[in-house]
Amino acid sequence: MSGFLSQGGYAGFVWGAYGMVAALLAIEVIGLRRQRRTILKRLGRLMRLRSSGGQE
Amino acid sequence: MSLSWSRFASPAAFYPIAGRLIPVFWVLAAGLILLGLYWGFFETPDRLGGSNPQKEYYRIIFIHVPSAWMSMWLYVVMVGWAAVGLVLNTRLSFMMANAVAPTGAIFTFLALWTGSFWGRPSWGTYWDWDPRLTSELILFFLYIGYIALHSAIDDTRRADRAAGLLAIVGLVMVPVIFWSINCPDPNQCAALHQRSGLGRVDGNILFAMLIMTLGFWAYSFATTFMRLRGIILTREAETAWAQEQVRAELAAQGVRT
Repeated sequence: MSGFLSQGGYAGFVWGAYGMVAALLAIEVIGLRRQRRTILKRLGRLMRLRSSGGQE
Repeated sequence: MSLSWSRFASPAAFYPIAGRLIPVFWVLAAGLILLGLYWGFFETPDRLGGSNPQKEYYRIIFIHVPSAWMSMWLYVVMVGWAAVGLVLNTRLSFMMANAVAPTGAIFTFLALWTGSFWGRPSWGTYWDWDPRLTSELILFFLYIGYIALHSAIDDTRRADRAAGLLAIVGLVMVPVIFWSINCPDPNQCAALHQRSGLGRVDGNILFAMLIMTLGFWAYSFATTFMRLRGIILTREAETAWAQEQVRAELAAQGVRT
């Protein structure tokens, strides 16, 4: 296990590269989920505003 | 034969299709990436021989090469949709081009990042103005330029056309990256990227690399469709079907409209 983690002494390079890939892909997915919630909430509010006779 | 594809060309028709495809691509992406990582770390040798021996850090190849391939491929896809949009004036194509761009920019950055983490132990430097590194960096700026130009223009139709044109002009960088090797013979000069053929790569390494590429490809489909659905809803917010859709999805979350 420690042999795997140390990657023959190149742990910093190997995990630095893999870590950035994992981090950016995770950030993209989380951002997309959050963006979806925001869009739905905003459009829902807009529709409520209009149906309640608010400004056009 | 009737043009059945045109049935899916409307945002309203493609929205539910994209929604059904997203989980499929997530499962594909997760499975392929896990298999690729397993194969890359446990079924391949620790060291590579040859004239330029590589130690364990060569495992970066399993994310570096797939990221670089995706960065170029997604640019081609983005330009393809922008071109279709400019010629046929179809709304969904421009939305598709918009949805691809951020994922493409991320893979371009990752290709540069993973490359520099490989370059440091093997060439002794994180960065060099090598033709391929430089042209990949320009590709990154092209993605950023496309996104920035699009968001700088308020009128969506004008933004689509202007950013689409920029993307098409920038397509020239893709073949430049592909053929940017200034040193055909590594014995004669120092070259960071050498001319190589996939046929010369060890079978296990090639397998892990290709599986990771397919995994990144499935991932790109999933994120692009997620982003596309957001773009469709935002742009079609005035239509009855989009409002019906928003109402239904909010109701599923327990929000009353």
